[in-house]
Amino acid sequence: MTEPVLSTHALTKRFGALVANEAVSLDLRPGEVHALIGPNGAGKSTLVGQICGAIKPDEGRVQFLGRDVTEQSTRTRARSGLGRTFQISALAMEDSVLQNVVLGAMGAAGTVWHFLRPAMKDLTIRQKAEQALERVGLSDLASLRTGEISHGQRRRLEVAVALTLSPKAFVMDEPMAGLGAEGTRELTALLDELRQEAPILLVEHDMDVVFSLADRITVLNYGRVIATGSTAEIRSDPEVRRAYLGEES
Amino acid sequence: MSRESIVNAALFALLIAVPLGALATDEPFIITLATRAVILALAAVGLNIALGIGGLVSLGHAAYFGIGGYAMGILAFHAQSYTPLFEGPFVIEGTKLMPIIWLVAICGGALAAFVIGLLSLRTTGVYFIMITLAFGQMFYFFTISWPAYGGEDGLSIYVRNSFPGLNTLVPIQFYAVCFVLLCAVLWFNARLARAPFGLALNAARQVPHRVEAIGLDPVRLKLVALVISGAVTGLAGALFADLNRFVSPTMFSWQMSGELMVFIILGGTGRLFGPVAGAMLFVLLEYLLGGISDYWLAFLGALLLLVVLYGRGGLVGIFAGKARNHD
Ligand SMILES: Nc1ncnc2c1ncn2[C@@H]1O[C@H](COP(=O)(O)OP(=O)(O)O)[C@@H](O)[C@H]1O
Ligand SMILES: [Mg+2]
Repeated sequence: MTEPVLSTHALTKRFGALVANEAVSLDLRPGEVHALIGPNGAGKSTLVGQICGAIKPDEGRVQFLGRDVTEQSTRTRARSGLGRTFQISALAMEDSVLQNVVLGAMGAAGTVWHFLRPAMKDLTIRQKAEQALERVGLSDLASLRTGEISHGQRRRLEVAVALTLSPKAFVMDEPMAGLGAEGTRELTALLDELRQEAPILLVEHDMDVVFSLADRITVLNYGRVIATGSTAEIRSDPEVRRAYLGEES
Repeated sequence: MSRESIVNAALFALLIAVPLGALATDEPFIITLATRAVILALAAVGLNIALGIGGLVSLGHAAYFGIGGYAMGILAFHAQSYTPLFEGPFVIEGTKLMPIIWLVAICGGALAAFVIGLLSLRTTGVYFIMITLAFGQMFYFFTISWPAYGGEDGLSIYVRNSFPGLNTLVPIQFYAVCFVLLCAVLWFNARLARAPFGLALNAARQVPHRVEAIGLDPVRLKLVALVISGAVTGLAGALFADLNRFVSPTMFSWQMSGELMVFIILGGTGRLFGPVAGAMLFVLLEYLLGGISDYWLAFLGALLLLVVLYGRGGLVGIFAGKARNHD
């Protein structure tokens, strides 16, 4: 078995009396899409937060690229190549589409401490930013204000910003949230390509998307992993069918 | 040319035409008034770097303004009384030289902003406003109770400080000095806003968690912004004290911080020339209405209310339309 890129080991997080994650262990292997599913409030975003460093776990560890990163800040993890997208778009709405990806490329390159030269004229950065836009098909909108583009376009921009980090792993929290059928189809095709670049831990509601993209699936319910395995295994797991897929039998 | 740059050019032209006109018609008082506007504008430009780009609502910028003022006051006081500022293994003398005074004011403002920033940037929103306000008040009460430099009465400096090659006692020459400094800082501000730092700071205001997710520290960005901001406002403080040839604890008062905020809101938050427009209008109204009625600040309050309610971009916004921070 190949060494996982990213893994969690018995992560536990409590909010007061509520156990949002209870001893959650999972891993992400090279080249795969690992889907994390579960009903609303199951603790998926909490897990993502702990993986990326925004939430400090009560117990357990996070490993990334063979190192224990549990004590590392969000920034350090991002700089070592953890590319995150947010469930609610986290973009600079007043800035242009291009500026948002330039910002990502600047952060990744660590060239932010310049006070006089124009950011948009750094050709290396700009090229990287434009490539990311190209990948997600937003090149034509580069000069628009981010607040003016559609929700679906913003979801793709969110992915483009993560791309500028040249990530070693993607962690995407419901990237399709609020997308129509057409938008979902386009983004699904994009993620299918992206897995060649870096494996994707994908939190997703849409079961069609999950079954078409995922190599493996982990099911979370009330903060606990109730099932994990290949897509076929999960599809036929009786407990999952009962608890999550809402089937009678 | 965008509409905003036309508005900026018009304000710039006014800042040249008014003092020159006053010079031609021999109205030194108008030149002094213009100098006051330029210096207050400079102080507010400093605040606008923190507030406009970084979203830091600091209600304690009088601290940096006052530090600049006292840097001038203390240095000039020791020079005019021929007493050393510090005696020990080595001696520090006072000085009447503007460039040295400015340097001290800039460093003092920056240092204070660094310390205040370290302590206050752990908080956000109302707490940040309150903490910065509290720091400003600390300086205010400290200078009031510190007898060495005049306490509550302040310090008078008999002769304006000097600048090599100029006679700063001539109003138009002192105006020129202040105007050139304002232009230099506005140039810096314009570059800063477009530089990588400005882009990142602007994003740290809008989506701090995103900035972190791309490997940057939003708090560090804001701290640096505050330091630059404090340095600029400190410089303005030294000029303000030089204009009045007087420095007192009122430079540290919360009303002073409030006025700087008012200039920005009046002129346009985050707009390059917003604080300039705001300070110019303030000084004009103070001159026109201050003579008629003691309650002119009530008029100002009403005006501010109108601008906030109906002219969301401030004066610059009314004439130039919505802000575009990209090209
Ligand atoms: N900061 C927080 N404080 C208290 N409770 C929280 C916090 N964040 C999440 N929760 C709770 O933890 C549970 C899991 O939330 P979340 O991880 O967002 O679920 P999901 O992403 O699977 O919908 C929910 O019951 C939610 O209300
Ligand atoms: Mg969620």
